[in-house]
Amino acid sequence: MEERAKRMAIIATKGTLDMAYPPFILASTAAALGYEVQIFFTFYGLQLLKKSLKHIKISPLANPAMPMPVPMPTLIKSVPGMERMATQMMKTKIKKKGVASLEDLRSMCQEAGVKFIACEMTVHLFDFKRSDFIEGIDFGGAATFLDFAGDTDICLFI
Amino acid sequence: MQFDKELDARGLNCPLPILKTKSALNGMQSGQVLKVTSTDAGSVKDMEAFAKQTGNPLVESSTDSKEYVFYLRKK
Repeated sequence: MEERAKRMAIIATKGTLDMAYPPFILASTAAALGYEVQIFFTFYGLQLLKKSLKHIKISPLANPAMPMPVPMPTLIKSVPGMERMATQMMKTKIKKKGVASLEDLRSMCQEAGVKFIACEMTVHLFDFKRSDFIEGIDFGGAATFLDFAGDTDICLFI
Repeated sequence: MQFDKELDARGLNCPLPILKTKSALNGMQSGQVLKVTSTDAGSVKDMEAFAKQTGNPLVESSTDSKEYVFYLRKK
């Protein structure tokens, strides 16, 4: 009997630009290595399944580890427009350094057969519509996810 | 070294060289050799790990200044 493929389950709970990368990078790479992969998107992580990802941003606020071109006091980081500027800066860096865009990584995951599950409860909580999300995803709850996660080799909460 | 297909992964960062290597191998026949050129220093260890986990042997690799060249044989 052939051994079953390795499995990885990820719970994606964050919707900021920096925290959007780890689930998609790990999932796409694991799929390339032959893993069967599922990602459960819940709370703010659900934003990563929206049709457009243009609203995904990074905030320098409460993020002292974010490298800034010049040292910046916290009060300055809260000035209107800083979030937009930080996001633009990060996206330019990402492109310049040959790092994939979120959109590309997400499609590569889907092409490689990574299964995306949107948390049904969060959809209701935030009054989202199913039509807000990309095609080819499943909607489900904790029990749906645990059915797969209970028999995996790697299970991550991001 | 002889190869059947070439992949230029220069300028790409993790995990793109691995993802592109995987899709390049998908279109190849068993026994054929894929040459991959990368500028990502992390791809040296990553390519070894990819070869080990997917069973497509890394038959040769070399470093030429800031470029890394890999030859993978499709299993």
